[in-house]
Amino acid sequence: MATLTKHLAELQAEIEGYALEYGLDFFTTIYELVDYRQMSEIAAYEGFPVRYPHWRFGMEYDRMMKSQTYGLSKIYELVINTDPCYAYLLEGNSLVDQKLVMSHVYGHCDFFKHNRFFSHTDRRMIDGMANHATRVRRHMDRQGIDKVESFIDVCHSLDNLIDPWLPFRKPQQMRREPSVELPINIGRLSANADSERSYLDDYINPPEFIEQQRKRAELEREQRRKIPPQPERDLLGFLLLHAPLDPWEADVLGIIREEAYYFLPQRQTKIMNEGWATYWHSKLMTTRALRDDELIDYAEAASGVTAMGPNQLNPYKIGVELYRDIEDRWNKGKFGKQWDECDDRQARDDWDLRLNLGKSKIFEVRRLYNDVTFIDEFFTLEFCRRNRFFTFVENRRSGRHEIESREFKKIKHTMLQQLTNFGQPFIYVVDANHLNRGELLLAHRHEGVDLRLNYARDTLRNLVRIWRRPVSILTTVEDKPKRIRFDGTEIQITDEPAAWRLP
Amino acid sequence: MISRIEKDHRRFREIVRGRIRENLRRYVSRGDMIAHKGKETVSIPMPQIDIPRFIHGDNKGQGVGQGEGDPGDPVGEEEGEGGAGKAGEGEGDKTVEVEVTLDELAQILGEELGLPNIEPRGSQTLETVKDRYVGLRTTGPESLRHFKATFKRALRRQISMGTYDPRHPIIVPVREDRRYRSWKAEPKPQTNAVIIYMMDVSGSMGDEQKEIVRIESFWIDTWLRSQYKGIESRYIIHDATAREVEREVFFSTRESGGTMISSAYRKCAELIEREFDPANWNIYAFHFSDGDNWSVDDTAACIRLLREQLIPASNQFGYGQVESPYGSGQFIKDLTAAFGDEQMLVTSEIKTKDDIMDSIREFLKGGR
Repeated sequence: MATLTKHLAELQAEIEGYALEYGLDFFTTIYELVDYRQMSEIAAYEGFPVRYPHWRFGMEYDRMMKSQTYGLSKIYELVINTDPCYAYLLEGNSLVDQKLVMSHVYGHCDFFKHNRFFSHTDRRMIDGMANHATRVRRHMDRQGIDKVESFIDVCHSLDNLIDPWLPFRKPQQMRREPSVELPINIGRLSANADSERSYLDDYINPPEFIEQQRKRAELEREQRRKIPPQPERDLLGFLLLHAPLDPWEADVLGIIREEAYYFLPQRQTKIMNEGWATYWHSKLMTTRALRDDELIDYAEAASGVTAMGPNQLNPYKIGVELYRDIEDRWNKGKFGKQWDECDDRQARDDWDLRLNLGKSKIFEVRRLYNDVTFIDEFFTLEFCRRNRFFTFVENRRSGRHEIESREFKKIKHTMLQQLTNFGQPFIYVVDANHLNRGELLLAHRHEGVDLRLNYARDTLRNLVRIWRRPVSILTTVEDKPKRIRFDGTEIQITDEPAAWRLP
Repeated sequence: MISRIEKDHRRFREIVRGRIRENLRRYVSRGDMIAHKGKETVSIPMPQIDIPRFIHGDNKGQGVGQGEGDPGDPVGEEEGEGGAGKAGEGEGDKTVEVEVTLDELAQILGEELGLPNIEPRGSQTLETVKDRYVGLRTTGPESLRHFKATFKRALRRQISMGTYDPRHPIIVPVREDRRYRSWKAEPKPQTNAVIIYMMDVSGSMGDEQKEIVRIESFWIDTWLRSQYKGIESRYIIHDATAREVEREVFFSTRESGGTMISSAYRKCAELIEREFDPANWNIYAFHFSDGDNWSVDDTAACIRLLREQLIPASNQFGYGQVESPYGSGQFIKDLTAAFGDEQMLVTSEIKTKDDIMDSIREFLKGGR
């Protein structure tokens, strides 16, 4: 790893100047020059110089080295969300490429600093990761490599079971409010003080309704005695508190959980983050940094970044197009009640109120939104038509993907569905003492897509390794409510009377 | 000091090797590994190496794309990510494919089956050195002078010195301009082993039988290749007559007609006599058939050929008999009866794909 050459350092200063001039605001950014081997290493470690030992990083490294060697792909840029921001440049890239990467990186750094979903991340994660590595190594020295490594495997298989909203919630009260047991009291409407009308009482307070309310209150009280009191999405945190773990296991699980939460915002804002960075490399390069003789090389590199395969969404491309669309709309005032209600095609095309609010709007958007809300709010019918989106489905007979429809609603729905909960299923911990036998009960909130069954089974196996008692999950398979249970020796799949619903 | 990633990487390879070893029998009996064969590596689909999570199944195969076309049009299936992928975000749902070199595979096979290393016989000189001209340098014998490069240098020098006149393009190279071809010595392993495959392609050998032969010869090939650098392979097919063919033909041909095994053995003996002197070559011959020979006389001819020519010439002669619904499977019994415990002749019966592993062990355990 090397610091920048004099020439590159000058370029950095130049581009940083342009970025500041446009109003980007970022942590101090430090560039390191690395060769492709180092780049693969750092990329395998997800941008960090040190991670805990695990074969999964070796697998990533293997894959990346191969695809680099065979020229299948090249890692252009790598930047991590820390303060100062570290970014890596690939040695031997052309100067245009380096400029492009630097411009791109300033977009990311600005995004890291200002997007609210990053506001709770630990900006000194470089140290954090190094500490985690030391702790895991120490456990390996004491417990044996295989033992710790296979436990990490188990933790990895659960690391998507976290609660994206947890960082924004107040830390839970660890103490219970002391309170006397109050008798259940259902409020009755009094039929006025006038005792003459007491015959109305049964009509104003129907006994069935009162009885129903009482039952509900009892159920709620019952539920409050359970662990967890209400269904909980932070399974990793839940296990940390309630599973019978050895101290070293608890430490490892805690490390995996902390890192999962650290990476979470990046998965929630992939389109926005890449789109923002692409918007800015394009802006900085084409209006400032580019020299005449670099134009062709820049155009080639830039078009590679935003190239779109026919059946996959390129987050760089969608992101940048959306930001540009927003900027244009807010410049011309294409928003608000009047705009929404106008259905004269010509008027809409010619609409221009010369508001010039575009720039401030996109800066606001990059601060407040995540991918789901971004698409939900700004993916409009016109945008969809102009960019010729479609949905595709697999043709069962030929096994090929075929264009299904160009209907706006359907496209948007599919996109949102893919992005919601960053494409992961919603899994809740429902009961830690299921059937009063210390079994763990999970539930899958079915949103139209089934779980992948073979993976679900293996994940249950891993969970039993931690929970040390049978674990079940309620889910829906091909429209039938099912329960999958693993008791330590065999997997059972049984029918359920009804699909699980979030109370 | 080994870098951290190297350690993680080594750990990953160890796990891969472990998984292959555990599932070797399954990998061996399924043919899909051969389909993924590259020049020196095979990629092995390995679903177990993926970390299981609660994730969505792709039971709908839906998605959103962008571009031209009407509903019902197929969407291009090109792979390849447009954007420069960022770390940690390449979580595809495809099964993980792991690449292993053929050497590594052979090693795993050897360890798992307990195969001894082969002690070669014959020619001791394994490697010869071959020179190849690869570049230029500034000194060398005049006979190797590179005229074009020399004049190019001279032209360049004259232009930069300003002594070049395009109207009188006279170029005079001086000592410093001269360029000579340079060479590099490349050790080239001398082929000193040959595998001769023979297969019965008569009507009774069905697709399933051929598949077994194909898989088994792939593994034999892999093992022997790891033992000899630059091994040669020859292929002979026969029904009532025999001919030498290319590899592709060997595995794809299906003919009908009777079976005269002696025709293949005669062809093989001719081949050895013509090209592979047993004094210098390690010769391995494998014959696969369903064991349904034409006549008793022909079987006698086979035994005579084996005894007099083929067995003395080769390191080992292997006969693998696949079971077919039509064949009588008599030939293997005749061979056992005739040769008893002759060490150089190894016979093996392969009833189903599951027997391939044992059959390979049978063939290769001798270490010859």
